[in-house]
Amino acid sequence: MAKSDSNSPVHESSLGSAPDAVASFEDDRAGFIKKLQHTLHLNPSMVPLIVLLLSIAVFGLLLGTRFFSPFALTLILQQVQIVGIIAAAQSLIILTAGIDLSVGATMVLSSVVMGQFTFRYGIPVPISIVCGLLCGMLCGMISGLLVSRVRLPPFIVTLGMWQIVLATNFLYSKNETIRAQDIETQASLLQFFGTKITIGGAVFTYGVVFMVLLALVLAYALKHTAWGRHVYAVGDDKEAAELSGVKTGRIILSVYMLSGLICAFAGWALIGRLGSVSPTAGQLSNIESITAVVIGGISLFGGRGSILGTLYGALIVGVFTLGLRLMGADAQWTYLLIGVLIIGAVAVDQWIRRATV
Amino acid sequence: MMQPHTQSSEHAVAPILHAKNLVKRFGRVTALDHCDFELYPGEILAVIGDNGAGKSTLIKAISGALVPDQGKLYLDGQEVRFTSPLDARKQGIETVYQQLAMSPALSIADNMFMGRELRKPGFMGQVLRQLDRPAMEAFAREKLNELGLMTIQNIRQPVETLSGGQRQGVAVARAAAFGSRVIILDEPTAALGVKESRRVLELISEVKARGIPIVLISHNMPHVFEAADRIHVHRLGKRLCVLNPADYSMSDAVAFMTGAKEPDVEAVGV
Repeated sequence: MAKSDSNSPVHESSLGSAPDAVASFEDDRAGFIKKLQHTLHLNPSMVPLIVLLLSIAVFGLLLGTRFFSPFALTLILQQVQIVGIIAAAQSLIILTAGIDLSVGATMVLSSVVMGQFTFRYGIPVPISIVCGLLCGMLCGMISGLLVSRVRLPPFIVTLGMWQIVLATNFLYSKNETIRAQDIETQASLLQFFGTKITIGGAVFTYGVVFMVLLALVLAYALKHTAWGRHVYAVGDDKEAAELSGVKTGRIILSVYMLSGLICAFAGWALIGRLGSVSPTAGQLSNIESITAVVIGGISLFGGRGSILGTLYGALIVGVFTLGLRLMGADAQWTYLLIGVLIIGAVAVDQWIRRATV
Repeated sequence: MMQPHTQSSEHAVAPILHAKNLVKRFGRVTALDHCDFELYPGEILAVIGDNGAGKSTLIKAISGALVPDQGKLYLDGQEVRFTSPLDARKQGIETVYQQLAMSPALSIADNMFMGRELRKPGFMGQVLRQLDRPAMEAFAREKLNELGLMTIQNIRQPVETLSGGQRQGVAVARAAAFGSRVIILDEPTAALGVKESRRVLELISEVKARGIPIVLISHNMPHVFEAADRIHVHRLGKRLCVLNPADYSMSDAVAFMTGAKEPDVEAVGV
């Protein structure tokens, strides 16, 4: 050490005898609560997981085997698959402190492109599907370029893209639905994600499997690759990320493109779910995906949360929807409770954030 | 007052970092007005100046965070052009920014390796792009240890759980670990307590002892006069003069940087 305490200036000579403790505080709160807060801070998807398990348990107790059966539980998975996939795309965007209002429109346009390319132009199905996927990625790329290069706010960009993409969808499809029968006989690959796997009473579709795999792959990428760390860094503090050498523009663009691609996959899965290609489907996907993300504990301010939380969030909504319907409750109760969950989730998020060390 | 002397005559060696005629305009404001800058091997050069004098712009221009409109930058005599902080980092210039440039929610190790992550060897790293966490954590721990910062219990804890002094320590450790040629510190003690500031000043002299030159931007005159070998006084977007802290008092330096006093002719344009 070049400079020892003895060399420090005269006015600081008393420092050597100053106590070393820096800002330690008496911890007068109950140890358990603090530990819980800390654990939740480090594992943001714990809260939605607990809520999910609790809600399954409660509905299971109330409804017995009507709810607590492999069939009913896997039905929930089938019902949330589209929202689950879209919400994965939404999570990526929200992690970068953005928001994407065009996810639903992108999904529908992509499914329409897959259908119309096949039936209007007679293009081979696999090529039409690739075109649909590219279409979704292109929508994402436009938003991504506007956000990262032109530096417009994501809310405005995607609000505009929502209208543009949706209008394109109606203009291009001429508001035509392609019937399920036609697809089944002539282009069954479009319904690929609707393929069912039955194990006992449990019914899974390829769409459900895709949703779960997608969440796992994204969770891996976000946690264990440099790209994933950069996504969090950009959402956390964009300027800091830029200064520490992250190419923030490129990361944002990649996130919007990936999100557009995932939405296109959701469009493909949508054909599997509906059987048909309908330009009027999925109108609520925007709000539903944001709901799943928020209930899943991802912060709307970016940089915090995990993609598995989003999956749990989507499942929570599914459990409430099916559970209340089986109980014969008015559908409005579902919306009311989901509203409570959203506000509760954000309140918990704020509480967790106050945790330190 | 002693007669000021021309500093350049003292240096037989060439500057390691040399900026000539830097100009940067923001709209109608000229933040850098044909500014020169020299940093010699092994020295601590302090940069002082009043608020708005253009210190931060100068630092950003030499660390790649800003691209100057005009002017040239030489590193070891070679002309270089940085268009991003990454370019400067690749050349061994590390900067600790005033706002620290860290992601609060990410861990200490993640932050130290931001933008230069290590990947696992073989299939896991090359195909699955998996990060080599153990290696990065071991390296981060070693570097924090070296700088005596191991009061931090857990290398995996998020940066937001650290105190201001610890964060500064991590930022300096990051720069010291990767800065092979030049380390730039922008107001490293501004947000710190007396004791923590002392620790950072010790860190600075430890880094200097390894032979790495340091640019220190600070408002704190006692710190500047204690640490610096030379003092670059910045005023109105350019270098007003370079002082030897042994020849001038703190009040002289303050008078020069606020314009209350003009430096003697020889000290100008050193």
